[in-house]
Amino acid sequence: MNARALLPLLFCITHSLAMAQGLSELGQTSEGYALPDPATRFTFPDDHGSHPEFRIEWWYVTANLKDAEGTDYGIQWTLFRIALSPNGEPDDQMWMGHAAVSTPAGHLFSERLARGGIGQARVTAAPFEAFIDEWRLAGPDLATVSVTAQSHEFRYDLDLSSNGPFVPQGEHGFSVKSFVGQASHYYSQPFYSASGTLTLPEGEVHVTGRAWLDREWSSQPLAPDQTGWDWVSLHLSGGEKLMVYRLRDLARGAYVVGTWIAADGLPEPLRVGSLEMTPVEWAEVAGQQLPVVWDIVHEARGIAIRAEAIYPQSWMGTEISYWEGPVRASGSHSGEGYLEMSGY
Amino acid sequence: MLLDVHGLKKGFPGSERQITVLDGVSLSLDAGEVVALTGESGSGKSTLLHIIAGLEPTDDGSVLFDGEDVCCMDDGGRAALRRSSIGIVFQQFNLIPSLNVRQNLVFHARLAGRAASVDLPALAASLGLADHLEKFPEDLSGGEQQRVAIGRAVASEPKLVMADEPTGNLDESTGQAVFDLLLALARRTGAALLIATHSMHLAKAADRRLHLSHGRLTE
Amino acid sequence: MIGTVLTALLSHWRRRPFQLATLLLGLSLATALWSGVQAINAEARKSYAEAASILGGGLSELVRTDGGVIPVKTYAALRKAGWLVSPLVDGWLSAEGGRVRLLGMDPFTIPQGTGIAAAVDPSLYPELIGTNGKLLANPATATRLPELKDRLRVIEDLTPNMVLADITTAQELLNLAGFSRLFLAPNQPLLRPGLASVAPKLAIKPPATANDLGRLTDSFHLNLTAFGLLSFAVGLAIVHGTVGLAFEQRRPVLRTLRALGVSARRIVLCLIAELLTLALVAGALGIVVGYLMATALLPDVAATLRGLYGATVNDALTLSPLWWLGGVGIACVGTAVAAANGLWRVARMPPLAPARPRAWIMASDRAMRWQAGGAAVCLAGALGAATVGGGLVSGFVLVGGFLTAAALFLPMILSSLIALMARWSSGPIGQWFWADTRQQLPGLSLALMALLLALAANVGVGTMVASFRATFAGWLDQRLVSDLYVTVEDEADIPALMAFLEDRSDAVLPIWHVDAEVMGAPAEIYGVVDHPIYAANWPLLSALPDTWRQLAAGTGALVNEQLARREEMSLGDRLPLPGGWTATVIGIYSDYGNPLGQVVLPLDALTRHYPDVDRSDFGILVPEQNRETLTAALTEEFGLPEDRITDQGAIKEFSLSVFERTFAVTAALNFLTLAVAGVAILTSLLTLASMRLPQLAPAWALGLTRTTLGKLEFIRALVLAALTFTFALPVGLVLAWMLLAIINVEAFGWRLPMHLFPLDWAVLGALSLGAAGLASIWPAYQLAKRPAADLNRVFSHER
Repeated sequence: MNARALLPLLFCITHSLAMAQGLSELGQTSEGYALPDPATRFTFPDDHGSHPEFRIEWWYVTANLKDAEGTDYGIQWTLFRIALSPNGEPDDQMWMGHAAVSTPAGHLFSERLARGGIGQARVTAAPFEAFIDEWRLAGPDLATVSVTAQSHEFRYDLDLSSNGPFVPQGEHGFSVKSFVGQASHYYSQPFYSASGTLTLPEGEVHVTGRAWLDREWSSQPLAPDQTGWDWVSLHLSGGEKLMVYRLRDLARGAYVVGTWIAADGLPEPLRVGSLEMTPVEWAEVAGQQLPVVWDIVHEARGIAIRAEAIYPQSWMGTEISYWEGPVRASGSHSGEGYLEMSGY
Repeated sequence: MLLDVHGLKKGFPGSERQITVLDGVSLSLDAGEVVALTGESGSGKSTLLHIIAGLEPTDDGSVLFDGEDVCCMDDGGRAALRRSSIGIVFQQFNLIPSLNVRQNLVFHARLAGRAASVDLPALAASLGLADHLEKFPEDLSGGEQQRVAIGRAVASEPKLVMADEPTGNLDESTGQAVFDLLLALARRTGAALLIATHSMHLAKAADRRLHLSHGRLTE
Repeated sequence: MIGTVLTALLSHWRRRPFQLATLLLGLSLATALWSGVQAINAEARKSYAEAASILGGGLSELVRTDGGVIPVKTYAALRKAGWLVSPLVDGWLSAEGGRVRLLGMDPFTIPQGTGIAAAVDPSLYPELIGTNGKLLANPATATRLPELKDRLRVIEDLTPNMVLADITTAQELLNLAGFSRLFLAPNQPLLRPGLASVAPKLAIKPPATANDLGRLTDSFHLNLTAFGLLSFAVGLAIVHGTVGLAFEQRRPVLRTLRALGVSARRIVLCLIAELLTLALVAGALGIVVGYLMATALLPDVAATLRGLYGATVNDALTLSPLWWLGGVGIACVGTAVAAANGLWRVARMPPLAPARPRAWIMASDRAMRWQAGGAAVCLAGALGAATVGGGLVSGFVLVGGFLTAAALFLPMILSSLIALMARWSSGPIGQWFWADTRQQLPGLSLALMALLLALAANVGVGTMVASFRATFAGWLDQRLVSDLYVTVEDEADIPALMAFLEDRSDAVLPIWHVDAEVMGAPAEIYGVVDHPIYAANWPLLSALPDTWRQLAAGTGALVNEQLARREEMSLGDRLPLPGGWTATVIGIYSDYGNPLGQVVLPLDALTRHYPDVDRSDFGILVPEQNRETLTAALTEEFGLPEDRITDQGAIKEFSLSVFERTFAVTAALNFLTLAVAGVAILTSLLTLASMRLPQLAPAWALGLTRTTLGKLEFIRALVLAALTFTFALPVGLVLAWMLLAIINVEAFGWRLPMHLFPLDWAVLGALSLGAAGLASIWPAYQLAKRPAADLNRVFSHER
């Protein structure tokens, strides 16, 4: 699968528009696509489906899992939609899937590509189904889904069910990505409990844990100076959730924003300037130095959390490569979650 | 003693029975000595010369050249002996037709590695060939060809020159002149000369005469 | 010292430049023909390998068992079930100078390691994808597709005669709704259901290899190789003669060298060094000539292979250093073979052995008997191979053995014929002439053998090609039953087309077909409607009295001769067909020029068993005078593009041009072989001339003028050529029979009736007389002008 070739088409991959910006040669071609609008409010289940009038979109699931002995595992399931032209036709969509498991024995990942319109990959809102090849995220609705993916080395089959609402990120789901206003529509489902089976080279493992879904779509490229992106999502011990991202900007320094989600699902935006996300320790991963321990501080909220990668070698060596893996949180709050770092 | 031949025997298969050509031939030759070998046609003179030169094997007996037995040498050794120590003059001249007179004259000397010491103008003058150096053998008369062959033999400064009926293909006066030349050159270079001829007249000029008859040698 | 010896040896050539030229000519001709043919074969093989790696890349594939198109839905179902497959669209575009292969691939899923993935730089993918996706082609192929100019992206080192595109683009251009086949990625995921439960109509096919195409084209290359070998052998005959003679002539020099103290071993080493030098020079010359020859012939070969087998072969040669070395190598090997005998004799020669060049060249009666014995052995071997073995190779062993036997018999036959002539002739000149001719025969026999081989090959191959042409042209006339052929762009247009043609034509005949595997090999399955024109025109080799009625009734199947021979089927046999059903063979038809098996079914049966047949082709019956009107109406009123209408004449012309190209190479090699034989005769005559004075001088002394002697020499060459030709004719006809009845059947699967073309023989006979005459003019002229002194000298030098 020669995705490197498709990079110019891809415009964007992963949670981060910044990364897409770095990779894309088509940075200024948002022409013809719909633009994120702060006045937009989500309507479900329709917004669980795809928005082909926007250039890029993704369905992104991460889960922190444990087996009976308490060993940590993590899985990732991602489906990207990239429009090749703004006309919204299924034929003009390209799809990409990334799947991974992080285990004590190592990080396994796989990648799939497909063109739209021939039935190889698609997302429908109700009943909910998102798939590329045999990789599937589907259920009667997005609140109750099963998720599966496999490669020639691993496979996972998990059931996810949420006990909380879908949570808009940013200002009512309008998530600003830079000092100059680039933005996306962004909501999450951080309240999934997960259980199922991992099929690993070492054998089958039954696991349970918590999962987090991100949904995001946009058309806008990022500011030219933004070079990369660090994102973290945390399940905290009191049932609260925390999402923080940090866009690295050559000119203006880091753009750090986040959302504090109360245990009942009520979001509170953590605005630029109030939040710090600082690398503490670095490790050599895939031939380069990456920060694998972070400090997240929001003084007003009394947050001083250290997030530490459980498996520092969780490198996604896909055509567009990045770091994505489970973390453990300690400090003012304890918990677990996922960290993504791109553009290094 | 340069050459010591002892008890040579040689026979050829005939139509009915073995024909004995040499039947216990012995002879010796000192350095610088001129010996004529006479006998009828077919008496075995050529065979004797060929055996001495290592060109034909013997059935029995020995040929000691400078103390070494020619019969015990391999083909390479015999070739080396002919190359460096023996000059042969044939009845049919046996020049190399595709080389000119100059090349033919120095040919043996070049094989022996002595081309540098050949004084070609003097040699050609003494052979009466000064005007013919660029000619090819087919453009020469028989006498001229044989003088080239003699020149080729002595130019390599051999210890022994053997001549097999060197005048056999020439008329009488030419033959006499060629013979005189051969004798003179042998004497001048100090080479021993073993010359086979059926002419008693020519043989008289030699130091010693040997007669081969019925496979045996008599003085 | 080696230098001194070499000067003496090499000075021989300086005094005999003609002999040197002959040797170099023979050796370089042999090398040229051999390496030229090898160059062509190597280029073709390389192209096959390239094509195979592009087409398969060593991966297994999923294909429809019935040969149909794989629906997109099936592909999606496979992917959704966890089968990692990647679609491929495979078809042909019509282009200037023959069709071009179009491959559509899916950049999103193409497995790395496939030939296509390797051939297309991934940075090009974005240009391929989309509604106006680009097509990739190499510069030469691009110029043959002017209509697609705007969409072509020229890539320098792409495989020739091939266009690569995205699947969507390929589907659009080929008017195809699905995929031709699916690559199976090497690493499949952990869990996936069995193929039968997802796509029951698909089967896994092992990776394609260059051999698949190689097998089809084997016979063609074997044919070329056989010619290359024949020419090489003829060339070596010249070398053998010349080298042997040169050795013999230098025997006195060798003897003198021995007497002057050069050992036999050293002389042999020097001779080897000399031969090696000659071989290197001649080899270098030969490969240059061979390269030029291959360059000249390759476009025809490439066109043939494209037209006949769909193989893509480069028009231009790109040769590896190995080929150049190989050429020089074969020159050295050839020299070694030709000189081995001479060298062996020198090595074992006693120092004082006399030189007898004439005796050497005049082989004795005993040698002739040996040759006849060898001929008998060859003949027995040939017949043995034919009866015991089977297949193409034993066919060629038969032909090779037979030709060798004929060549070895030749001296004996000529000798007997000449003896016969001598008995009939009266008068002293006649008797002397025949006796002298017979005496010369051994010296000329190698050259005459070469001539025999060249002539027999000419008669044989010429008869085969001409028989083929006659049969093929007649067959085309019959087989092309329709007057116009049209291809619709969209199958939805078919009803409209039928309605349109209803009143405008006599009949519309669907020519629908599927490509499928029949009995384990690729084949075509066609459907025909019930129409009397088939019964009237279709050439059947074996048929039942009511074959056409049965077919009209919807039962039975016709098979082509190739398939029937391959599977040893005859009328009444059951033919297993893809999809698990069988049909009774009710007729066998000839199908020349088609490398594939073919089955003809009633149209209903075809569409019933294979719903996905390609329905786009139709034949139209229309009176000759209305043909142009209808063509115009189809383009102007119905809106069918002009390139989708072909008339019978154009197809016939195309087929015949493919045919002519196929044999253009054969004809060229045929002529070259004859030319080499002519050179062999010339060199032998000239060689003999230098040694013939002792034979001629007495005749001259007894009162024959030199002019008369010269004339007699000229006549002698003509007589020998004529006698050789007389013997070559039956040999050639037997060869033709072998080619038609054995080689063709093995190679192509069809047997052709043999036609005789006496006029061609007359031309060839005249040609061989001309060659011999031409070759003898110079030696004869030389003899006529020879100074009397030369002849006199014979007497004075007599020893």
